[in-house]
Amino acid sequence: MTLATNCDWRPTASLDTLTRRAQIIARVREFFARRGVLEVETPILSAAGTTDPNLHSFAAQSLAPGANRGLRYLQTSPEFAMKRLLAAGSGSIYQICKVFRGDESGRLHNPEFTMLEWYRVGFSYHQLMDEVVLLATDVLAGFQSPQTAEKVTYRDAFLAHTSLDPHAATAADFMAHAQSRELDVSGLGSGDRDAWRDLLLTHIVEPHLGRGRFTCLYDYPASQAALARVRAGDPPLAERFEVYFEGIELANGFQELADANEQRERFERDRRERAKRGLPDVPHDEHLLAALAHGLPVCSGVALGLDRLLMLASAATSIAEVVAFPWERS
Amino acid sequence: MATYSTNEFKSGLKVMLDGDPASIVENEFVKPGKGQAFSRVKIRNLKTGRVIERTFKSGDTIEAADVVDVEMQYLYNDGEFWHFMQPESFEQVQTDKSTVGDSAQWLKEQDVCLVTLWNGSPISIDPPHTVVLQVVETDPGVRGDTSGGGGKPAKLETGAVVRVPLFVQQGDRVKVNTRTGEYISRA
Repeated sequence: MTLATNCDWRPTASLDTLTRRAQIIARVREFFARRGVLEVETPILSAAGTTDPNLHSFAAQSLAPGANRGLRYLQTSPEFAMKRLLAAGSGSIYQICKVFRGDESGRLHNPEFTMLEWYRVGFSYHQLMDEVVLLATDVLAGFQSPQTAEKVTYRDAFLAHTSLDPHAATAADFMAHAQSRELDVSGLGSGDRDAWRDLLLTHIVEPHLGRGRFTCLYDYPASQAALARVRAGDPPLAERFEVYFEGIELANGFQELADANEQRERFERDRRERAKRGLPDVPHDEHLLAALAHGLPVCSGVALGLDRLLMLASAATSIAEVVAFPWERS
Repeated sequence: MATYSTNEFKSGLKVMLDGDPASIVENEFVKPGKGQAFSRVKIRNLKTGRVIERTFKSGDTIEAADVVDVEMQYLYNDGEFWHFMQPESFEQVQTDKSTVGDSAQWLKEQDVCLVTLWNGSPISIDPPHTVVLQVVETDPGVRGDTSGGGGKPAKLETGAVVRVPLFVQQGDRVKVNTRTGEYISRA
């Protein structure tokens, strides 16, 4: 037995911060109650996983003797189940829940974190962007937070901070720019165009976003659509947005893809990419595809990291300061 | 050969970087909600001491470096090499000027230093934080001055020159901070 010099049992967030967390969550619920948006709960453990090759699910199984040992996946977001509710006619809905992403750990990341996700039937993604800013300023009233917002396209942000057109530039162009900015990068090749975009976005563009006000970045490369609708054009653009404050990503939203065939193709493309990268295959959600085939109303949805919103309210520099027990102590 | 994946990166981890042993100083996980994850590290080259920044694509692996820090007693300098011994095993290593560097001026026989070994060979020597050394050369101070104001240079037995108060005389033993090169007190 070692004597109790170990303090790891203690929470890393102060009681003040935990009180603030409760207060902010209460305000979120009031915000949606006033607007008639329904709070819902969906399964955290699903038979289907997340196919996105950049997201790593946790898998779980029952340890009961004789139980079916089939894997269940902890959600990386409640998106699929919430869209099934939308297709079933729920109208606008929101959910506050825990989501899980393997290997995401750091100053701004905890593998288990709290997501606020909501869907607005009949909203365009631009209307939803406005509502994200409205919600953030509303629930942060009285705390240190920006009062204004700007909207900038993904292209304009890249032009402003890298002088590159992100839709036209090649991997070689991104690589040359990284070099000119003295970024020393290991492991990215000429076949990683989207990874180079992500590198320049995170290392060079993001630090300028959300300075003193919220920045809504929108219209992403079609290759980064995730579950957003792609608008035809030259180039085609994903109707996707992110909201930033002080260089930190707060929320990610979509004009939701409603086409079941297109969704199936994206799942299959993801699974091929996973195989190429040597990542474990995960079953995609057939229930979602059936729901889309039945018909998803025109809607926009967004996922907001509540822990990061709380960081903003608390002027915290790490997520550990705003959760009771981060990964290392859980 | 042992390797580390980016998800094992943490400060203090010893790895090979561009052929040299290096130590991770700081590791930041960077990832857009949708998209590629990276490890952005500050890393110190253990041979040159230089700290650089590098970004690794998540999932990349990097070779581990066989680097250990060992407490060893400084034995003597034979004119070319400095000799150190592990007190328990009596195992000895020797190292030259390029590795000892500025630490040489603080090395007093029998003092215990921190020797960093890479594949069994020393790559850096850290003298104790404070050492007690004899003054071998200094101007006679003004009699009666004990304030310590002003000060004067004094050469120590190991060759180091430090600023000491005027009352310190040749033959005195003084305690010195080796990290800052500052006089602490008479010993």
